[in-house]
Formats: sequence, structure tokens, C-alpha cells
Amino acid sequence: MELTLWTYEGPPHVGAMRIASSMKDIHYVLHAPQGDTYADLLFTMIERRGQRPPVTYTTFQARDLGGDTAELVKKNIKEAVERFKPKTLLVGESCTAELIQDQPGALAKGMGFDMPIVNLELPAYSKKENWGASETFYQLTRTLLKEKLSSSEKISPLRWKELGRRPKVNILGPSLLGFRCRDDVIEIQRILSEQGIDTNVVAPLGASPDDIERLIDAEINICLYQEIAEASCEWLKRNFGMEYTNTIPIGIKNTIEFINEVHKKLDLPLTNKEELEHKSKLPWYSKSVDSNYLTGKRVFIFGDGTHAIAAAKIAKEELGFEVVGLGTYSREMARQVRATAKDLNVEALITNNYLEVEDAMKKATPELVLGTQMERHSAKRLGIPCSVISTPMHVQDVPARYSPQMGWEGANVIFDDWVHPLMMGLEEHLIDMFKHDFEFVDGHQSHLGHTATNTKDILNSDEKKERNSKEGIIWTESGRAELTKVPFFVRGKVKTNTEKYAILRGIPEISDETLYDAKAYFS
Amino acid sequence: MSKVEFNKEAGPREVFCGLTSIVWLHRRMPDAFFLVVGSRTCAHLIQSAAGVMIFAEPRFGTAILEEKDLAGLADAHEELDRVVNDLIARRPEIKTLFLVGSCPSEVIKLDLATVAEKLNNKFLGQVRFVNYSGSGIETTFTQGEDGALKALIPLMESSNEEKLLLVGTLANNVEDRFKKIFGNLGISNVESFPPRQSTELPKIGKNTKVLLTQPYLSETVRDLKHRGCEIISAPFPLGIEGSTEWFFAAAKAFKISELKFHEIISPLINRAKLALESHKEILKGKRLFLLPESQLEISLARFLHNECEMDLIEVGTPYLNKELMKEEINLLPDNTKIVEGQHVEKQLDRVRESNPDLVVCGMGLANPLEAEGISTKWSIEMVFSPIHGIDQAADLAGLFSKPLKRNQILTSKTLVTH
Repeated sequence: MELTLWTYEGPPHVGAMRIASSMKDIHYVLHAPQGDTYADLLFTMIERRGQRPPVTYTTFQARDLGGDTAELVKKNIKEAVERFKPKTLLVGESCTAELIQDQPGALAKGMGFDMPIVNLELPAYSKKENWGASETFYQLTRTLLKEKLSSSEKISPLRWKELGRRPKVNILGPSLLGFRCRDDVIEIQRILSEQGIDTNVVAPLGASPDDIERLIDAEINICLYQEIAEASCEWLKRNFGMEYTNTIPIGIKNTIEFINEVHKKLDLPLTNKEELEHKSKLPWYSKSVDSNYLTGKRVFIFGDGTHAIAAAKIAKEELGFEVVGLGTYSREMARQVRATAKDLNVEALITNNYLEVEDAMKKATPELVLGTQMERHSAKRLGIPCSVISTPMHVQDVPARYSPQMGWEGANVIFDDWVHPLMMGLEEHLIDMFKHDFEFVDGHQSHLGHTATNTKDILNSDEKKERNSKEGIIWTESGRAELTKVPFFVRGKVKTNTEKYAILRGIPEISDETLYDAKAYFS
Repeated sequence: MSKVEFNKEAGPREVFCGLTSIVWLHRRMPDAFFLVVGSRTCAHLIQSAAGVMIFAEPRFGTAILEEKDLAGLADAHEELDRVVNDLIARRPEIKTLFLVGSCPSEVIKLDLATVAEKLNNKFLGQVRFVNYSGSGIETTFTQGEDGALKALIPLMESSNEEKLLLVGTLANNVEDRFKKIFGNLGISNVESFPPRQSTELPKIGKNTKVLLTQPYLSETVRDLKHRGCEIISAPFPLGIEGSTEWFFAAAKAFKISELKFHEIISPLINRAKLALESHKEILKGKRLFLLPESQLEISLARFLHNECEMDLIEVGTPYLNKELMKEEINLLPDNTKIVEGQHVEKQLDRVRESNPDLVVCGMGLANPLEAEGISTKWSIEMVFSPIHGIDQAADLAGLFSKPLKRNQILTSKTLVTH
């Protein structure tokens, strides 16, 4: 049993719903009690969808349990098929139905329908949402391409040459409730088309079962979100020989590397190499003098695997930040995140507990947090600017404007989204600096509100704890006064370091001189 | 009784389960913690239904069952014990801990009553443990509150003191308002259940007169009757009419003179009628379809028809207790179509066929209906907003007039292009 106050990911059947809702001509019969229908609002409210998810819930009740719940499943399947006439039917169960073992998938297959039926077995007590989405997309791909298995030869990435046409690729992984997928797809298609590469199928977002059957018309697959598409890409490689890309085109360097990887796989000459550096404003904006102040900004990163790793690379290599924390809730991608963290000399945080993330954030004393909506709240409490880089989705993460994370425009969006909160952070500093001037009007607060930017608050809130600590460190008046003069965004760090130094040296009272001693010691 | 048309429907439903009521119950009792014993789905449901991300460590959580818990029940009890210990160590300010059963815990027959009893002995004098089920196989949405309140009744001490007990969660400001009005009427001993602090449970007995503020408390009412409480029969305090009759029923039970009643209530009614006018103008003659969810539907239909002059197409309710709702049903216009239960697809067919001006529905259905050109009002807002009482009648009407008004603004051309 695991105590959970809040969770980054939903259960695996919500992952299956993401695939079903992303696609056309599919229906999902979910053996589940009535409360599970809440999941519809994720799509209709958060994504603002104007259609209901294509899901029929059997909504069995306690009184059904004594009787024949299997009959109830069959009745719902029959009605759903008659009403929605799907080209492919997904059948599965949520956590409660898993316990009563009606095996709805097997029941559906015995009902004599012509359409392909995908039996989804998603273990609700051990797996989570992204795994469920990945497994559903994989099972769907497998089921729909099964018949083509025996007849097909291995697909060569060079086939386009023999066929005398432009190369074709599939873009796999974008789904509803995925971070900025809607716009990433447009951006990536645009980039590929500029390179003379056609998109064969985008899936699951916007695809129909017919499109899935057409996947093998392409030469290679673009694995755009590993959390969702890697299992399917791997299966297509094993069974049809289709190569797939590993680079996630988030950030300038990765976008260029992605384009190179695609060209290499297709054996397509890259003609506009020099142009690529100038496709986005990020490199110049980052180089321009007023970005000097970005150098060495301490950044704490937490999100899904794909976005966290990409963010670390951009932060370090493209914006000149210092990554002081990196973590993910995607256990499936823990290995990759750990490897990136190792390169950055930080310890990776792999957890589904937001309070642990908040603690790590506090300890790392960052100047900027890149995280999920939950880290945005934690950062707000700590008075640290934050930009959201990853799911779980919030209605704010589905902006009306075009706002990709990937490709050239994605890099532009990232520059603005990450740097603006920092500039507001500076504004905060200025307010703090000028607050003793007579022109200063009380109530002139920035977006960060009344958080711990005030030294007195920091000291007061921690005072009791400190005095009671076994070291018994005390801040003298001069020590406090000096700490007030330290810019707010490093104040926490200075305070911790000074105390660390005081303990180390056995100094019971911290004066202004102790601050300078500590500064010299740690520099 | 008016000649209303009762129908029952079965099929796939689109409603919240009883766990959702934790969202308002934990805010009502800030010294209580609600621990759901369930799955990741339960945890995800509550955080999604709450609609917003949590801004601090919340006073609700889920002990998520894992595969190893399903293997043997003895383990599950021990595991729950461990989780509760951790939780209490972390949140020492908690006075009452609700162990809330869910669909999976009910199906595996996890005996939360026994667990609660053991924990009560262990934490005697520190934390009280109460258990109830909010599972979706047994409860719909607001019925979760019914379960939680019922579970508290055994903890309420007996007293023969005469008092008026308001039963059902109220917004704090509405509660204050009600107490003031009852005071003006001459009823001074008024208490609320649930109280604002879980440890300050009202004492009850044969001189307790219960006035329900919410229509979904069937089980709670039954147990209060067993404890000797008298239930005052009245419509529910939604809208001017319902609230007036509600106050009147209480006044009668406490033998307050009609003269006094009118002296106190009439000015409120007059003021509220004035405030209601602008909303009535928008709602008048508009056709309303209520999908089932909160059990408030019948009271809302009565208010929106009788006071706002809307036409009722269909009034859905997840569950109908005819005895409890008899005063409300009496006030409904003849031939009102009440549908208990749901077949969501067939019901949506009827929505489309009847072409309503406004549909009251859950959040999963609102935007899809809007996209089809049908104005909607989410039902969950009814349980989060202060809508009870005479003074709030205009606010209640406002919840329904706003979507219509907005629609009107967005579809009309008011500024000339120069």
C-alpha cells in the first residue's frame, strides 16, 4: 500500500483512453464502475474537447456483482457497436473490474463481430497511465498489422529511391493529454517537409485504424515521444525492419541532430546544413548581451522523461544555466534520466511523490524551476520562478496560440517561457531593492506574491527550529542585516552555506563577518 | 401530490462516485483527514474532480492498493496500519480520520470497520477513526456525504436538550446567515451537522428537531430517527419558495407565531424577489433538461420552474427517495417528467431531440454539448457554491442565467463597424 496525496500519472486505463480519444473510428468499452467516468472530464475540460471520449463504461453496481456481470459487459459491447459502428473495438477493464475477472476482451471476441477487437490487459495495481497508453498503442498496432506480417519483406529505409518518390515517414507518439503534442506535430511535419520528406501517418493523434494499417507504407518511423511510441516502434522494427529515430527534437541542438539522424537513416543528403542554425531565434537571443545574466542560473528540472532530459540539455548547452537538480516520475525512463544526471554531476530523483520533489527543490536552492504544474505550485510557495515543461496536463497547458516545444518554433517558445519568469524574478529583486525608497508604493507585488523573499520572514519562520537545533546557531543583528543585502534569489543558499560553515567551525553566533568568512570558504 | 410522471432507466451512467464528496467535506471539517483505501484511479478521480491542483499538502489522500496487497488480506490490514501510522506522524493535528472504502476495497471485502476499531484503541484520546464507503458500486456523488455523516452518528452523544439541528454541509457564510435568521425568529439553539470541527459533534436526542439542508441524506435521516430525532418535513432551502417553506416548517415546529414569521421573513422575500428579477427575465420561457448527478435536480427544477418560469423537459436524478422528496414533488408542476437512473446515450438522444435551451450536466458532457450548440451548466458547481437560502436565490438563478446570457452576448452583434 502506498500513501498518495497527489499523483503525476493516472491509472493505465486512462492511458488507453488517451489513445482511443486521440484516434478516429475507434471505440473503447471499459468494464468499470460509474465513478470511473470522471476520466471524460480530462478530455472535455482540460483539453477543451468538443467531443466525448469514445468510451462506453459498463458502470456495474454492487447489486450486479451477485448476478451476471459478464452479461452486462456483453450488453454494453453490443449497444456500443450498434450505436458507434467503430472500425476497431478496444475492450478492457479498470482496477475494480480487474478483480472480478469477467475477461471482457475474451467475451467481445466471442460475440461474432467482423471488426478487429483489441483485448487490453492493463494491470491497474502495478502500472500507470503512460505505460497504459504505450501498451494500448502497441496492441492496436500489432492487431491491425497482424495480417500483413507473413507476406511482407523487411522495409529498407532506402526504399523511396527504388520507388522514385520522396521519402515517407510516420510520426508516432503524439496523443491527447500529451504536452503540446498538437503543435509539435505541425512543427515536425513542417521541418520534414522542408527537407523533402513526406509524412505518411501521424498516430495515434488524428489517425484511424486504416491509417495504422498504412504504417508500413513509410520507410522509417519518427519516435516522437518514447513514453508512448517506443514499444510500437520497436515492434515495427523487429517485424517489418522499419528503423526509427532516437533523437527527440526539443532544443536547437537536438533538432539539428534529429534532422541529421533522419537524413542518415534515409540516406538523404542534407543540403541546408548551414541554414539550420538560423531557423530559430534561440541561439542569437541566448548569445545577445542581455542574456549574459542567464549565465550559471541554477535550474531545477522535474517532469516526464522525454521533457526532463531535453530540458537539461537545453538549459546546460543552449542557455548556459547550471542544472542543480534533475528528476522524473517516469519510472520507465529512469535509466536515461540517471545517465543524463550523471553527465551533469547531479543525482537523479526518480519518484512519484511530489513532496519529495519539493524537498529536493528546496535543498537545491534553484533560481528557476522547470517542472510540471505541481512544481509550479511548490516553486510558488518557495518564491522561485517556474516554467511548466511537462505533463500532467492542466488547462493552461493547452494554449489557444501555436505553442510547440519541438523544432525551431519550439525553441523560440522555450526561450520565452523560461526566460520571462526569470526576468520577473529580477523585477522582484528590484522591488526588494527599492522598497525603502519613498516612491515605493506598498502593494506593488509581482506575480510571485508575498513569498519568502523577505529576509525577516525567512529568519522568523525558521528561527524556532534553529534555536532548538542541537547546534544552537544564532543570527546576530549584524548577521541578519548583512543577509538582507544579499539578493533574494541567492539568499537561501547563502543562509544555508553560512550555517553550514558556522557548524563546521563551531561558531555559535553568526555575524556579518561570519557571512564573509563563509563566502570566502565556499568560493 | 402533483401528478408527476415517474420513470426509471438503467444503462451506462455518467456520474461521479461518492468519493467526490470528500472535496467539500474536507473543507467543511479542517481538523479531519479523509484516507481513501483504493486504487490509483480513486486518487486520480479526487484530484481531477477537485478541478484544481492542490496548493498545499491536502487533507485527503489514498492508500493505493498494490498487487501484493491483493494477494492476502491479512497483509492489507497491516499495510493500512502502517500507512495510517505514517500519516498521523506526519499530520499530528488531525483529530478525526475517515477511512473511506472504494470500489476495489469493497470488492475484495477489506473490513475497514475492524481496522477502524483497532486503530481507535491504539490512538485512543488522540485520533478518532471512522469508516464509510464512497465506492461507486454503491454510491453516487453526494451520497458519499450521506455515508460520512451516517458514520459519525454513533459518535454523537445523547442529550434531551431542545434544539434545531441543520443537517447537510452548508457553506460557512450561509450557515451563519441561517443561524442569524433563526435567532431573529426566536430559535436560538441551532447547531449544524457536519460541524466545522469534527470533534465538536452536536448532541442529539428526542428533543432534537432535524431540518435537512440537502436532499441526499436518506441513510443519515434514518439513523437520526433511530436516535429519537424528529425530522421536520419541508422542501429544501433552495430558492425563495423552498427556503421560505423550510424556515416556516422550522418555525412551526418551534411554535413561533405566524405573525412573527412574516415579520422576519417577508422583508427578505421582497428583497430576494427584486434581486431575482433580472435573472428571471433571461430564464423565463427557456426549456431546461436536467441530467442526473447530485440529487439536487428535483429542488432545482422546482425553483427554476416556479420562480424563474423555465419549462421543464426532463428532470433526471441518480436516485429518488420519494418519502424524503415528497414536499418537493408536491411543488412541481403537473406532468413533470422525472427519470431515476440513467442510460447516458439514450438520455443524450432525448436531449438532442428536445432541443433544450439549457442542460444541467456533469463536466464530462458539458463541452461536447456546447460544441453541438446546446448551453450547459455543470452540476458540480451546485455543491461548491453558496446557493442555499432566501438571500442566495438570485445567486442560484445566476448560475443558470449566466451561460444563457453569455451565449446571447457572443452571438449578438452590438457594435457597429465604423
